[in-house]
Amino acid sequence: MKTKRTLPKERRYETFSYLPPLSDQQINRQIEYMVEQGYIPCIEFNENSNPAECYWTMWKLPMFDCSNIQDVLTEVRECRTDYNDCYIRVVGFDNIKQCQVASFIVHKPGARGY
Amino acid sequence: MAAQNQGYKAGVQDYRLTYYTPEYTPKDTDLLACFRMTPQPGVDAEEAAAAVAAESSTGTWTTVWTDLLTDLDRYKGRCYAVEPVPGEDNQYFCFIAYPLDLFEEGSITNVLTSLVGNVFGFKALRALRLEDIRFPIALIKTFPGPPHGITVERDKLNKYGRPLLGCTIKPKLGLSAKNYGRAVYEALRGGLDFTKDDENINSQPFMRWRDRFLFVQEAIEKAQAETGEVKGHYLNVTAGTCEEMMKRAEFAKEIGTPIIMHDFFTAGFTANTTLSNWCRDNGVLLHIHRAMHAVVDRQRNHGIHFRVLAKCLRLSGGDHLHSGTVVGKLEGEKGITMGFVDLMREDHVEEDRSRGIFFTQDYAAMPGTMPVASGGIHVWHMPALVEIFGDDSCLQFGGGTAGHPWGNAPGATANRVALEACLQARNEGRDLMREGGDIIREACKWSPELAVACELWKEIKFEFEAMDTI
Repeated sequence: MKTKRTLPKERRYETFSYLPPLSDQQINRQIEYMVEQGYIPCIEFNENSNPAECYWTMWKLPMFDCSNIQDVLTEVRECRTDYNDCYIRVVGFDNIKQCQVASFIVHKPGARGY
Repeated sequence: MAAQNQGYKAGVQDYRLTYYTPEYTPKDTDLLACFRMTPQPGVDAEEAAAAVAAESSTGTWTTVWTDLLTDLDRYKGRCYAVEPVPGEDNQYFCFIAYPLDLFEEGSITNVLTSLVGNVFGFKALRALRLEDIRFPIALIKTFPGPPHGITVERDKLNKYGRPLLGCTIKPKLGLSAKNYGRAVYEALRGGLDFTKDDENINSQPFMRWRDRFLFVQEAIEKAQAETGEVKGHYLNVTAGTCEEMMKRAEFAKEIGTPIIMHDFFTAGFTANTTLSNWCRDNGVLLHIHRAMHAVVDRQRNHGIHFRVLAKCLRLSGGDHLHSGTVVGKLEGEKGITMGFVDLMREDHVEEDRSRGIFFTQDYAAMPGTMPVASGGIHVWHMPALVEIFGDDSCLQFGGGTAGHPWGNAPGATANRVALEACLQARNEGRDLMREGGDIIREACKWSPELAVACELWKEIKFEFEAMDTI
């Protein structure tokens, strides 16, 4: 019977997890969008990706006065170096709506390159 | 000191003498209503409008002696403006102000019983439609509103910067509980956030509610463990009695399900508010279906506009509410739909007649209800849906998931890929209305699941430019 084999069982979570992994250039453009919207970027890392765990550890304080997009990517790269065996995501805060409004994965444990 | 009066004179007098007051300036605490009124031939518009004000507040057809035991000026509704409807023959917008004292705190049931009660059967009118209500902040503050609201829902689900994706399990009736759970599992593991009970699934002989809840919960937990993403299914707790409804809700909470569902209009506002309060107290999200709405909101000249029902539901309480899809429908509907979508999820909405919003409405920081676009949509609609509804919405592809040639899981993946491709492109500054087709086609190159879905449903044309001209 001509039917497609089923989808592999995969862990896929967070926004953009159904796209091919984002290149650093693509990550940069997403951060640019965040900053354009007035959101405050922040980098978080964690040892696991358990969906029941809300809080990942902040790499540094949120970047409240981020004017240079490139700075965020530089921080992402430093975090990757220090916590290569962790999951890393960039999140965005909106201080008008007083809540988190964006989040996407920028590193998974053991990934090389970037 | 008693109010001045001329003594009791029995008899029938024109409504306008008491209830038509064009010199009146509405107070901030008044509840305002706009009716579209079609008087019977020969009936004067101002007299008919005054009759609407009277019959929906203190008045009756004849003078009664007990009128003199109260101060009508404090309690009566007042028609303060009548305007012909542009482009219509013998139709008028009439604006009525009701004093705050006329309404019980925290009761949508009471507001509607007054405003759309006897008056809709009034003989002097051929037709009557309630177009909009302005709830004063003083009254708004007596309603707790949605159990959680959009922000809290996102935090509970850990899903940010994108619309949520859902799917109604089909066929709507006739699956066994175990087969039903299997369909849920496959859709969720493929990348959807939610699946949904169809509205008429309650607890029929082929699938009793308790069996469905248990099999579905296993499906949710399995998909969640497999993908690492929070999943849910709107378990419909709508039932024949409130006691039974609450029993089902309690059981849903016991088994740890994140979201339940209710049909607010067939069940009624009293039942809905009770359930919503329970959801707030128990940390369970509440999805609201709107069966029967078209019976009252579809006719242009008679009934209640959906924007009124949507406002009432936000006050009564619901975290999600179905709101139509815009795409594929008639020109002109986009502005109107987005008008009531704003009324569902924004904190402050300005008067804008072109979008059907007759009054500026402030919600005084009440949480928002997430609009749900559902019905007849598929992957090719994704760019337009993202553009129109934005991030704070839930897009539901029923046939658009289960109708995929390879089944639910690949069908779900196709939708999720299309969604994320559109979001990535939007955030990178691309125009979804103009380049939507290209964005979907590019994603098809690396997603066979999406390519197959696109082939099946073919490309729809993106002719939305004209819709902005309303």
